[in-house]
Amino acid sequence: MRITDPKDAYAGLLFVLFGAAAMIFSIKYTIGTAAKMGPGYFPFVLGAVLCAIGSVVGLKSLFRSKEAEKGPSLDWKPVALVLSSVVLFGLFLRPLGLLVSTILMIVVASAASHEFRLKEALVNAGALAFIVLMIFVYFLDFQVPVWPSFLLTRA
Amino acid sequence: MELLANLSLGFQTAVSPENLLYCLLGALIGTLIGVLPGIGPVQTIAILMPTTFALPPVSALIMLAGIYYGAQYGGSTTSILVNVPGEASSVITCLDGHQMARQGKAGVALSVAALSSFVAGSFATVVLAVLAVPLSEFAFKFGPEEYFSLMVFGLIGSVVLASGSMIKAVGMIVLGLLLGMVGTDITSGAHRFVFGIPELADGIGFVSLAMGLFGICDIITSLEKKEKRDILKSKLTGFWLSKKDLKTAAPAVIRGTLCGSLLGILPGGGAILSSFTAYMLEKKSSREPESFGKGNLRGVAAPESANNAAAQTSFVPLLTLGIPPNVVLAMMAGAMMIHGIQPGPRVITNNPALFWGVIVSMWVGNVILVLLNLPLVGIWVRLLSIPYRLLYPAILLFCCIGLYSVNNNTFDIHLTALCGLLGYIFSKLECEPAPLILGFILGPMMEENLRRALLLSRGDPSVFFTRPLSLAFLLMAAAMLVVVALPSIRRKREDAFKEA
Repeated sequence: MRITDPKDAYAGLLFVLFGAAAMIFSIKYTIGTAAKMGPGYFPFVLGAVLCAIGSVVGLKSLFRSKEAEKGPSLDWKPVALVLSSVVLFGLFLRPLGLLVSTILMIVVASAASHEFRLKEALVNAGALAFIVLMIFVYFLDFQVPVWPSFLLTRA
Repeated sequence: MELLANLSLGFQTAVSPENLLYCLLGALIGTLIGVLPGIGPVQTIAILMPTTFALPPVSALIMLAGIYYGAQYGGSTTSILVNVPGEASSVITCLDGHQMARQGKAGVALSVAALSSFVAGSFATVVLAVLAVPLSEFAFKFGPEEYFSLMVFGLIGSVVLASGSMIKAVGMIVLGLLLGMVGTDITSGAHRFVFGIPELADGIGFVSLAMGLFGICDIITSLEKKEKRDILKSKLTGFWLSKKDLKTAAPAVIRGTLCGSLLGILPGGGAILSSFTAYMLEKKSSREPESFGKGNLRGVAAPESANNAAAQTSFVPLLTLGIPPNVVLAMMAGAMMIHGIQPGPRVITNNPALFWGVIVSMWVGNVILVLLNLPLVGIWVRLLSIPYRLLYPAILLFCCIGLYSVNNNTFDIHLTALCGLLGYIFSKLECEPAPLILGFILGPMMEENLRRALLLSRGDPSVFFTRPLSLAFLLMAAAMLVVVALPSIRRKREDAFKEA
């Protein structure tokens, strides 16, 4: 027995994990009866269904006679950089303000591309920071810190 | 005559200077974002949704609807000029549209696409207006049993007519339903799956989920492809159609419109299926089927009219029954809920100005698009030549600022990053995110109706099978599953999606 379709195997596993987690947490909320459902009833049933579906998807990938398929190919750079640019923006927006976080975000996000050039990314970041400042802060009067908070407290 | 009174009410709402402006703005921004390759209506709406939150509900919905068909127009423009469809519904337009562009007839192709979309949109608006009142009156007779079964039918339908593995799609629906449970339970007030995070007490933000699964995830996957795009450098001239062109296109437009209007109403139908079906129909009924795929004018006219007609008529189930038939409409439903409007039969009676205003604004939006898009096509093309490496960081930035503006907190930004990661994992495992969004929207409604139905029947589930209408919905859902599972049809379905 071997896994002929790793994508399905992982997908099945993912469904089972989510379903099982839903069931475990639902038990803690009141389940109740069909006539008088507690907050745990519907999620518990859904969790069970998801487990069942996940098992079918996973097991089907084990017992299939067709040729083994390749697993998903992973390229860590784009995911890691794009997601961390978003997270960084969220982390730094309040303490460092819109301008710094914008520039940081654009540079980190740009590095995800295979055509990345630092100089170009910096120019792009500067231009976007200016546009954002104009549109959101001066034109739309958007309530957001613009400058780093430590600069402001000193002044 | 009631229809005329309703439509004139709609006109008053839609052409007020303020709403006209938002309609124009929506259509323009929608086209602008929709033109960018790889970004279709779903992504566009996800990215731009926060911009509408500050507006009053009517204006917000008018603008969102404008963004929707604007993005669709934008998608067909890129299909024709660059051979990169903005989204699945304009894939089929690439076949003949891009061939025409290669033969130097890009202008004609764009004009035909715009005009056939306009004709189809106008017709479908009338269909929507005519069907809305009787259908919503019909929906008032539904009890919780019927509603629950109808939602089952709608969800199954959206899966059957989508591409890819069906059982995985059903799994994604269930996962979406579960994600919809996060937050405070309406009936008992209990917190579910909140894990002590105060921001989650109101549930997972729809904007974060949609933006993560579609906006951010799609940026990551297109970065992985590392492709260079070839852009048509030829000059765009000759937008005027000759009499012969009109004569060739007209019958295809009529067939496409009818086909699209009909399929748009079905659950899961929407723009993708209808454009594909219309193209096939056109090819099969043609006297010279071999000319399709080589720049046949009808190969542009039929799918473009069908997808626009379907885009419009797919508002019928949402506005009258409260069931979004596909992802785009699930986005609209999410936006309506954020504005405090529960989609369903009550909209038309409680909020007639909003209902008819939005319907009429769709037609107005189509007029605006025809008038504006052809002259502006040069600008759109120039936009295409902006390298992707400069564009996507900007999109990400605007996403983040929009997210922050929803609640003025950074939690939504982090939640979106998490949803983006989840979406990326799903795309690697070939699990489609669209059913998840549908499930997410319908989850709380489904639970409420299930609860009410079983409370009334004292826990006896047989009510779903003894009430005739409820039984009919469930039987239709079962029939769809069985039919698709039959080997011969399954093969045909796979072929069909492969060709598309």
